[in-house]
Amino acid sequence: MHETTSAKAFRITTITLLSIFTIVPIWVMVISGLKPLKDVQGAFSWWPSTLTIQPYIDMWQTVPLASYFLNSVIVSSVATVLSLIIAIFASYAISRYNFRGRTIFSTTVLSTQMLPGVLFLLPLFLIFVNINTNFGLQLVGTRTGLIITYLTFSLPFSIWMLAGYFDGIPRELDEAAKVDGCGPMRALIRVILPAARPGLVAVAIYSFMTSWGEVLFASVMTTDANRTLAVGLQLYSTQTNVYWNQIMAASVVVSIPIVIGFLLLQKNFVAGLTAGAVK
Amino acid sequence: MSATTTTRKSGASAKAPRGENRKGRRAGWWLPYALLAPAVIFELVIHVIPMVTGIWMSFLKLTKMFISNWGNAPVTGLKNYQIALDFNSAVGSGLLKSFLITAAFTILVVGISWGLGMAAAVALQKSFFGRGFFRTLFLIPYALPMYAGVIAWKFMLQKDNGAINHFFFDNLGLPGDRPFWLIGNNAFWAVVIVAIWRMWPFAFLMLMAGLQSIPNDVYEASAVDGAKPLRQWSAITLPMLRPVNMVLLLVMFLWTFNDFNTPFVLFGGSNPPAGDLISFHIYNASFLTWNFGSGAAMSVLLLLFLLVVSGIYLLIMNRRKDRA
Repeated sequence: MHETTSAKAFRITTITLLSIFTIVPIWVMVISGLKPLKDVQGAFSWWPSTLTIQPYIDMWQTVPLASYFLNSVIVSSVATVLSLIIAIFASYAISRYNFRGRTIFSTTVLSTQMLPGVLFLLPLFLIFVNINTNFGLQLVGTRTGLIITYLTFSLPFSIWMLAGYFDGIPRELDEAAKVDGCGPMRALIRVILPAARPGLVAVAIYSFMTSWGEVLFASVMTTDANRTLAVGLQLYSTQTNVYWNQIMAASVVVSIPIVIGFLLLQKNFVAGLTAGAVK
Repeated sequence: MSATTTTRKSGASAKAPRGENRKGRRAGWWLPYALLAPAVIFELVIHVIPMVTGIWMSFLKLTKMFISNWGNAPVTGLKNYQIALDFNSAVGSGLLKSFLITAAFTILVVGISWGLGMAAAVALQKSFFGRGFFRTLFLIPYALPMYAGVIAWKFMLQKDNGAINHFFFDNLGLPGDRPFWLIGNNAFWAVVIVAIWRMWPFAFLMLMAGLQSIPNDVYEASAVDGAKPLRQWSAITLPMLRPVNMVLLLVMFLWTFNDFNTPFVLFGGSNPPAGDLISFHIYNASFLTWNFGSGAAMSVLLLLFLLVVSGIYLLIMNRRKDRA
């Protein structure tokens, strides 16, 4: 199809401006991580006076980054797996069964998305403290507490997205499996889950990103024992010297796994969103 | 495996639907409830019970004195609300100011993010060489962990060693003094730009997903009829994206209005008045002054406001859909 001149001008301008807007902070992050300390303390420059990987070595010493990293990996992975399993069951029920309370459940769960975090931050903290004193289950300052908190953060959107995805899988498939003698759980595992793989991947990415990036609860619920990257990264600036080069290097390191994962799987993510949103 | 067994156990105690089936319950009626049970339990523990507790706390005089022994905090009724809504008092006027800043922040961030997302989605609608590259590039700010992106901005916005001032005053050679970006009135613009940088790729992603469901021949047919691109956008793209836009705008509104992370990471402890977004304000009001009852009351007010706005929005949207 022929493209008009104004359409082409629009396309080129939009893409150029948005590319600059997107790239500049990323460039600053990447290049500053390769600068010696004097470069980031003086006036800014777009290119380092000497390229060095020293910040990538020093950053592990300034704060216990490795331990924060480990905590983040464990918390995010476990929360993602649990949230995925729970969301699969719930979405299966919503998509395949007509039962009393179905609409109420879906709306209530989705509306928890609108709750301001500050409203239940302190009560949740107090509840965790009380569970500890009454049942001896330590939830504040442990990974378990963070895991169960984070898994519920991604749950509403995951259920909504997966239910949409399951709706797109023809019912005849699981009906046929049932005729062949599969129970409902086997039909779910054997038939629906394989067909819903892109949706599952999308939900898993979303859950992982939610946990990996959460700041508010991490800043209140963590102690030195279970500090995650979200809080740990800010500790560089509370040191007497602000090691901007190390902060930027650490930012690159904590971003790489998640950005690569997201970009590799973005097609699945878009497919999952399409199923959920464009109904 | 263990998840399945606990599901079944807790499901057995789930309530039966009353009078659903007079001939007796269908076999397996409990299955959907059992499937939902884990989700319900976690939502109850992490969202519902704390929310109810939070509402209850808002009626208490829960200050520093009572925090270790909060069961004994005296009930003050609506006192916390009175103080929060008395706009002549320091607490009330602080809240009102923060609310207005947040409203302006939300309108700017949601509006501009939507506009940028739409522009990018349309610009990348037709295939051309390098489309995949730009699509990937634009999604990076969304994929980055939120704090990593914001910290990079924080560094860029430093007065003496930041990239922004370097660009304007060294590269472009603007006259005058380098301004502070994270202190004073500029803090508002700083937090707006950073929030847009974070938010617009999400709008782009959703709109791009929505555009894929519009068949190409609709555009071709309208082009044969002589429709210009702008006309095609307003007559085809916009109406076809209605369902996506409806969800997208609401979600962006709620996320932006509740945004705590951006000001928290960007400003850290400095919290400039111009960037005093409401979640950040309530957090500081609770944790710096240790007056949790008052903080809870403010949170409840915020929740009520969001409920009312979302309710009106959905009502208007559904009515319009019925008419169409």
